[in-house]
Parts: sequence; structure tokens; C-alpha cells
Amino acid sequence: MDALDLARWQFGVTTVYHFLFVPLTIGLGVFVAGLQTAWHRTGKQDYLTLTKFFGKLFLINFAMGVVTGLVQEFQFGMNWSEYSTFVGDVFGAPLAMEALLAFFLESTFLGLWIFGWDRLPKRIHLACLWAAVIGSNLSAYFILAANAWMKHPVGYEVVGGRARMTDLWAVLTNATALAQVPHVVAGAFVVAGGFVLAVCGYRLLRGDGPMWRAALRGALVMTALAGVAVALTGDTSGRLLAEQQPMKLAAAEGLRHDTAGAAFSPVPGIEVPGLLSLLAHHDPGATVQGIDDIQSRYTAAFGPADYVPNLPVVYWSFRVMVVFGLAAIGLSLLGLWVTRRKVPRWYARGVLLALPLPFLAIISGWLLSEIGRQPWTVQGELLTAASVSPGVTATEVAISLAVFTLLYGLLAIAEGVLLVRHVRSRPEKTPDPQPMPELSLMY
Amino acid sequence: MITVWFVVIAFLWTGYFVLEGFDFGVGALLPFVTRTPAERAQAVATIGPVWDGNEVWLVTAVGSMFAAFPAWYSGFLSAFYLPMLLIVVALIIRGVGLEWRGKVHGPREVALCDAGLVGGSALAAFLWGAVFGGLLLGSARAAVLGGILSLGMAVLHGAVFLALKTTGPVRARARTAALLTSVAAIPVAAVALPSLPGASAPAAPGWAASPWLWAAAVAAMATLASAAALTWRRREAWAFAATAATIALTTATVFGALHPAPLPGLAPGLTVASAASAPYTLTMLTWIAALALPGVLAYQSWTYWIFRKRVILRHPQ
Repeated sequence: MDALDLARWQFGVTTVYHFLFVPLTIGLGVFVAGLQTAWHRTGKQDYLTLTKFFGKLFLINFAMGVVTGLVQEFQFGMNWSEYSTFVGDVFGAPLAMEALLAFFLESTFLGLWIFGWDRLPKRIHLACLWAAVIGSNLSAYFILAANAWMKHPVGYEVVGGRARMTDLWAVLTNATALAQVPHVVAGAFVVAGGFVLAVCGYRLLRGDGPMWRAALRGALVMTALAGVAVALTGDTSGRLLAEQQPMKLAAAEGLRHDTAGAAFSPVPGIEVPGLLSLLAHHDPGATVQGIDDIQSRYTAAFGPADYVPNLPVVYWSFRVMVVFGLAAIGLSLLGLWVTRRKVPRWYARGVLLALPLPFLAIISGWLLSEIGRQPWTVQGELLTAASVSPGVTATEVAISLAVFTLLYGLLAIAEGVLLVRHVRSRPEKTPDPQPMPELSLMY
Repeated sequence: MITVWFVVIAFLWTGYFVLEGFDFGVGALLPFVTRTPAERAQAVATIGPVWDGNEVWLVTAVGSMFAAFPAWYSGFLSAFYLPMLLIVVALIIRGVGLEWRGKVHGPREVALCDAGLVGGSALAAFLWGAVFGGLLLGSARAAVLGGILSLGMAVLHGAVFLALKTTGPVRARARTAALLTSVAAIPVAAVALPSLPGASAPAAPGWAASPWLWAAAVAAMATLASAAALTWRRREAWAFAATAATIALTTATVFGALHPAPLPGLAPGLTVASAASAPYTLTMLTWIAALALPGVLAYQSWTYWIFRKRVILRHPQ
């Protein structure tokens, strides 16, 4: 493997890993803030217990999200210096905005929330958590706007071999960004909702109190609403793909040639006629571009190269995303109905699946999105092969890939142990009101 | 506009080193100023609420370099590949250790978290100085000297901070640690600081270091010495102001020397102007920073105000 392959592996490994923590931070933060708001409004002790319980899970996870996010910001410069120099003028702006407008808000107010339980008035303390979770969600917007620009660059011109921003507003309101922000954020809420559902299902199976049914009902509402939003915005994304990244769409179906009335196959062998055309153009008879024909058009436009992404990965990640995603949404919609009076045991057991399904769906969604973009880093402008740092050796990248893989593996084990242990603990019996009860802050 | 953004980035790095400097210092000093688990919790509680907000200064500094000077950002990070890798690893380990030490069970697990916090803090504090020393002067000697200087300054800054923010035995030990560290840091600074103003040698003939850089370097030396004197006289708040000023002046000197050639040894032809983004981007970034930074400064100051009191042990063991 050369430095390019290793750098791509490192980007894949570190980004997928980072994204295990991000959706939980985004969605669980809002859920915890909702619980604390409920406590604030009603004064019921159960809501406070749940706030603390899920708050701790949120924080264990948040720490990992923060530290693995640092890697992202550094590796663009370390491994992808040609890319960074080419795009920095445009791509850097949303990243800088993310830090200034979102990440500061999130980190500062979360610190206030963690340590402010008995230092701040209740209302202000609650507001701190909301400020932090608004920061997380804003952060998602800026990062996704930067990412969307790679797939559909807008508001720029290329001068002297570097992209130069001409319209920040166009970058921030890129149609691709406006479609993928709600899709990814709603997906994050499904992941977080599914996480809460599984935890509540486990507690209910153990015979724990009615508090967990209340939490489960809340999470069902959140997951079902977010799930509907994911499906609707996924449809928008599909149509944008046909327009902006036809190769990704063709690869997702394995469609070889431009086809009118193209079929969709949920699994190989079964075909639903016209469905792909319907998804792509809202017209079952419309023509969908095919891989081989796009390849010849790109060769004519950009010169000879292989413009086809890794087909099996794109094909299967698309199916895993759709099937597992819809399964998770179905599970939550079903739950809204069957848990009206009490939670049946079979449902408490089945809802444990709400933990892995959305995770697999959202990660597959990213694989589809980013591997489907290949061989470009910036669609139509810069190839991945031309993006890598020229001065960095394969040995250096191999070292860093090995270090991150090892470190991340160890941290994953530790994080898993901490989460599982906390989920099994009994918050009702051992309330944990302050992070350090033996300390007090005073003059 | 280009100069404005160079100054903004220097300001962000300065903010980062001044703020995270003391939480690096507190982390690195943990085994030396605490004896019991409760004392360790006390020392960590001084930085617990603020360290993550401090680290965002780094994220902002690096992100702004990416946006405003893409060629500087990419050249800097890819040239110092392995040190940057180690820095990120150190920051990961200390961040996780800090956040998880209150969530794990049993003394062995806490000790493991603390090992991460101590090692990661010391390593990161050393490496930042090494990276900037190496960037500016291009020699291994400069990197080692820079690393020792930045580690020393961070430890001193953290010791003074701990003395200011705690009571009892930790406060007393922190004062001793500050005095001992300053004995080591002052001679290192006396050797290292004078090499900074003239370090960058741009292509233009007849170039000489600005007298302002010399003034900043001399002032850094003076505030460092006064930090030691103020600690001796138990003026903790003033001593903290002095160590903060030392770090700020040193960082300012480094960035002053990086202007107008921000990668002196690596890409001598690269200038701040040729590394910069286009005027339109810089104008947009200026509006955003002008809008956001006052708010950030306000709410971060408020955080420090909320947690302004000393951390004391209610039941000292």
C-alpha cells in the first residue's frame, strides 16, 4: 500500500469511529435537555433521576466525540495537504465558523452544566444545557455544509490552481447541504432515540419501575418523528444525487447504462420496475444515467481516468442504510402503538435491536456518501489521488494509522465497559447528585 | 486584511497557550502536589469546568489557519507529521482521562485515568514548544529547547494557578512547585528567548528583527522573573497574571518572528501574503469573527466568574 491508500484507510477508520459518538452527542443531548426541562416544569423526582442517568451516558460519550474530533481537524493538513491548500479558501470557512459559532458554545456551556448543578440558579443551569445542545446541532450544520461542498462545489472559482470563494451564502445554502443537514441530524436523533429505547427496554426487562416506561415513550416519540424526517429528506437527497452526482446513484444500483424507466432491486434478483427512476426524478419513466455511460462522458470532460467508485461497497451500503434504517423507524412506530398502556415483554426484548440498527444504517449512509464520491475529493475539480500530502511518506502514514487503530480500539473497549456498567447500575438507589461530593467550592 | 488575519491567528494561539497552559500545568503537576485521592480530585476540580472550553481555542486557531492561510496550515501540519500525531494522541489521552476519572470505579481505574492526564498534559505541553521551536529555527536543539521552555512555562503557570485556586496542603505544595519550576525555567528562558526575535530570515536583504519583537522578548523575561518574585511574596493573583503575560508575550514573539515568512525553514519562499486566502474570504471571516469573538470572550469570562472561588476539601483527609 502506498501513502495514498494508507491515508484513505486512516481517514475512513478515524471518521467512522468519530461518527459513532457524534450522533449520540447530537440526539442524546437534546433528549437529556428535554428530561431536565420536564423536571423543571413538573418537579417530579423521576425526571431528575433520568436526567442524571442519561446525562452521565451522554458525558461518557461526549468526551470521546470531542477528542476524536481533534484528529479530523489535524489530518486534513497532515495527510491531505494538497487538498487543504486547494480548498482551504472555501472549505476552511465553515470549519472556522463551526469553531467560533458552535464548538465554543457547546464546550463552554457543557462545562457550566456539568459543574453548575449547585452553583447556578435552576433556570440558568437548564439554559446552559440547551445552549450546549444548540451548539452541537449548529456544529453539525457547519461541518455538513463543508462536506456538502466536496460533493457539489458552489460559490467559488478556481484561480491559480486554488479554489477561491466568491459567495459564502451560496456555500452555506448549498442545495446539497440543505438536503443532507436535516437527513443526517434526523438520523442522529434516530440513533440516539434507539440508544435510549434499548436502554429502557433492558431496564424494563429487568423489572425496573414505571419511570423507564415514561423514558421509553419519550424516546419513541423522538425516534418516530426523526424517522419520518429521515425518510422524507432521504427522498430529497436521492433526487439531488441524480442531478449532482449521477455516478454515485448509478453505483448504488449497479446500473450499467443510461436507462429509461430504471428498476430498483431491494436485493439482487428482485427488481421493482421504474422505482429507481421514480426515486431519482419522481417519474417512473425518466432516464437514469448508467455507470459506463457516465464513465465515457467524464473521460471526455476531465480526461482519461477511472471514475467508477468501489461498486460492491456502494451497492451494499445503500441497501444496509435503507433496510436497517426503515427497520428502526418501523420499530419505533410500532412501539408508539403497542406501548400505549404498558410495555409488552416481547417489545421490550425486540427494542434492544433499536441500538445496533440505526448505527449500522447511519454508518452505511456515510460509506455510501463518501465512497460513492470517489475518485473525487471535490466532485469535478480535484481527484483523491491528487489530494494527498506529497512530502509525507507511506511509513509515516502507516505509523499514524497503526497508532490510531490501536488507541481507538483500547478506548472503544473502555467506553463500552463504562457505558454498560452505568446502564446496569441502579440510579434509583444510588443517586449521584454531584460529580465530587466530598468537594465544595467556596472562598 | 492579510495582516489582520495573521494577528487574529496569533491571538487565537496566544489564547490557547495562556488558557490551556495552566490546565496542562495542573495535569502535569498532579503527582507532585497531591498525596490523597481527595486532593487529586480537588486539584482536578480547578480545571474541570474550563479545560474543554480552553481546548476549543486550539480548534479555532487551527480551523482559522485552514480558512485564512491554507498553505500555511497544510505545510505546517504535514511537515511536523509525527510530532503532530503525538500531540493529538496526547490530547486524546488527557481529555479522556480528565473526563472519565470521575466516572470509573475503584482506585486502579482512577489511577489509570490520572496517568493519562499527567502524561498527556506533560507531553502536549512539551511538544507544542518543540514544534514551534523547530518551525522557527529548524534545528533539533531549538526543538528540544523550545519543548523544555514551553513545558516549564506551562508547569509554572499551572502551579501558580493551583496555588490561586486551592487551599490547604495542595496550595502550599503548589507554591513550592512554582518556586522550584521558576528556578529551572528562568535560565532556560534566558537562553531560548533571545534566539526568537531574529529567528525568521526572510529573503529580503537587509532585514532585521523589529525592535518590537525584542521588546516583547525582554518583557517576557521580565514577567517570568516577576512571577517568581510574586509567588515568593504570596501574591498569587498577580503571579498568575505574570505567568499569563509571560506565555502571551512569548507566543507573540514567536508569531512576530513568523511574519512575513510563516514556514521559514520549510518553505522560505512562502509569505503570509502568498499563503493567504482571497480578500473576499478574509472579509467574510472578519465579519464572522467580529460577531462571534466578543460573545465567546463574554461567556467564557462568565464561566471563570462562576467558578472564581477556591476549591476546598470539605472533609480533608
